[in-house]
Amino acid sequence: MRTGRGILLAAAVALGTGAASARDLTVVSWGGAYQDAQRDAYFKPYMDATKSKMVEESWDGGIGVLRAKLQGGANTWDVVQVESEELVIGCEEGLFEKIDWAKVGGKDAFLKDAVHDCGVGAIVYNFILAYDGDRIKDGPKSWADFWNVTKWPGKRALRKGPKTNLEFALMADGVAPADVYKTLATDAGIERAFKKLDQIKANIVWWEKGSQPPQLLAAGEVAMTAAYNGRIGAANKNDKKNFKIVWNNSLYTIDSWVIMKGSPNKAAAEGYIAYVSKAENQARMPPKIPYGVTNKGANALIDKAVLAELPTAPENIATALYIDEPFWVENIDKLNQRFNAWVAR
Amino acid sequence: MRKAKAALLVAPLFLFLLASFVGPIGAMLWRGAADPEVAPVLPRTLAALATWDGRGLPGEAAFAALAADIRQARADGTLASAATRLNYDVNGFRSLLFSTGRRLPAEGATDLAAAFKAIAPAWGERETWAAIRRAGGPVTDLYLLNALDLRRDADGAIVATPPDQAVFRTVLVRTLWIALVVTVVSLALGYPAAYLLARLPERLANPLLILILVPFWTSLLVRTAAWVVLLQREGVVNAFLARLGLTAEPLPMIYNRFAVYVAMVHILLPFMILPLYSVMRGIPAAHLRAAASLGARPLTVFRRVFLPQSAAGVAAGSLLVFIQALGYYVTPALVGGAEDQMISYFIAFYASRTINWGMAATLSLLLVAATAALFLVYRRLAGGHMPRVA
Repeated sequence: MRTGRGILLAAAVALGTGAASARDLTVVSWGGAYQDAQRDAYFKPYMDATKSKMVEESWDGGIGVLRAKLQGGANTWDVVQVESEELVIGCEEGLFEKIDWAKVGGKDAFLKDAVHDCGVGAIVYNFILAYDGDRIKDGPKSWADFWNVTKWPGKRALRKGPKTNLEFALMADGVAPADVYKTLATDAGIERAFKKLDQIKANIVWWEKGSQPPQLLAAGEVAMTAAYNGRIGAANKNDKKNFKIVWNNSLYTIDSWVIMKGSPNKAAAEGYIAYVSKAENQARMPPKIPYGVTNKGANALIDKAVLAELPTAPENIATALYIDEPFWVENIDKLNQRFNAWVAR
Repeated sequence: MRKAKAALLVAPLFLFLLASFVGPIGAMLWRGAADPEVAPVLPRTLAALATWDGRGLPGEAAFAALAADIRQARADGTLASAATRLNYDVNGFRSLLFSTGRRLPAEGATDLAAAFKAIAPAWGERETWAAIRRAGGPVTDLYLLNALDLRRDADGAIVATPPDQAVFRTVLVRTLWIALVVTVVSLALGYPAAYLLARLPERLANPLLILILVPFWTSLLVRTAAWVVLLQREGVVNAFLARLGLTAEPLPMIYNRFAVYVAMVHILLPFMILPLYSVMRGIPAAHLRAAASLGARPLTVFRRVFLPQSAAGVAAGSLLVFIQALGYYVTPALVGGAEDQMISYFIAFYASRTINWGMAATLSLLLVAATAALFLVYRRLAGGHMPRVA
């Protein structure tokens, strides 16, 4: 009897530890066409190369979601692709493991903005204005045009949340890109941005997932949308659409890979990040979806025609504004609340 | 003895409900009043503030205590939870605590008050310190006040939330209004349908009932998504109207209040029709024939004989539809615009996106309270009788 119980106990312990370490590496990205491209360019080759298994999930951002994962005590995520202000806030709050840069290829291999204590840059991408070239011949050229619902009637789609929209509103209101964050730093500037958004509030359709803007354009539901540049490029390529991208005064930023605090798969996570950060592996991504790469060596391996479509192409980046992450780190909580109250009214 | 037996028989169910229903819900609602985050992180500061009179700034001791607390919290990695909680009360508190933590004066430094004010002017404001003291726990009225668009000022007095941040009263009224409109429309559509079903012979009524039950058994998500396909700008309905030449421009029928009404009425209609039908089936045809044979016109028969006898079905159906409509979340989120979101949207937003469970709990409580209040009013009006549900 005694031994019987002992065996049971041993089995339970073995099962318990087995379950804990048996969880496969879980990588969380942004779904849709982007994750499809990642699957081909990164996930499958990584599994083949390391003879290991990994699980993929997707999310739509939000520092609260990451906080909840760890607070709940049942975190199942290992590697997550996060936006810049989530990287900074999460790092400060101890939600992420510190990156051991020696294990992921060394800081020198990357663009300066892609290096952080807690994160490794994954992609450079832009929030751009997009419209359907088949429906609108004489298209909009600026954010002021985006606000012009007389000349271009129809709904507008914007990402739900204050980030990017306040910037667009100010640029539409005539603020020079270089002065946008200076203006937003004042209460009057915030007021001005919301006033400008008020002008088209009745015309706005809000999206949350990156896959929605191309769908809204394709269905003719909106005349113009703000979108991740890659999703529009991918829709043109894969679904033979004729969507046009206005690069003028777009916003660009970097998403990063982070490792969640206390991940039982830390070593595998580092291995994964090292793999997807290699120049030759990153170079596989842009032909599938036109996002810029973070490894300095990758551009040399990418076709010229593909490079011209990327956010990093000189003519595309010329008038683009880099999203000011210190501003959003300081203000995201406050402006989220203000935005929610504004949007619900 | 009998009583003991009965109690034993019910005990498993009772325990099950207690463990799976009352317990978790009670624990969640408790979060709407509990305030456990700040006390363990800033214990010295709270102790120092206990003797603060609330007028003017607290003394040097409070600044020293705060410096020690922040230093300790940063080392333990616990600053985030306190910062998040304080940020619920005062916007910007999170970044205030973290930026102060990064530039904390060295241990043993003097004139900390001046040093803190140099780091951030907010440390020179009474409101900042009052917020810390308010968050000392163990309970708080912060969430309840916020859910009613109220807040406390530096003196602890209750004041209105600034209009650019006030949202919940509007949302609560909107939630009640949408539920009311959906109930009235469902009744207007459901009553004739149930009447027809009840008067038909069963041979014909049963196949028609299937038509109501099949959508009833179909997933809510599927039916909502179907409305998106039907109502969108280039959807079936707009294409049909354009083909008939009735409209030159596609009508905006999705991502607005109209779509919310249409989809919710469609989904909730069976909950109106089924109780109506079961009550109407029970009205003896002989009563109607008797009234007619005594000389009543058809309208009078309906008004004086049929309608009063079907009132129980109207009450049950309306209550079922109204209470379900109050809690709707997925349908308005998918087919409505930003101005059509009901209170459940905000509960979900706080519960799963910003992880402000205090607000989520309080808004849920508000919804339950509003529902319970309406139910009591209804019972009053209905003369103290519970409606027969189906």
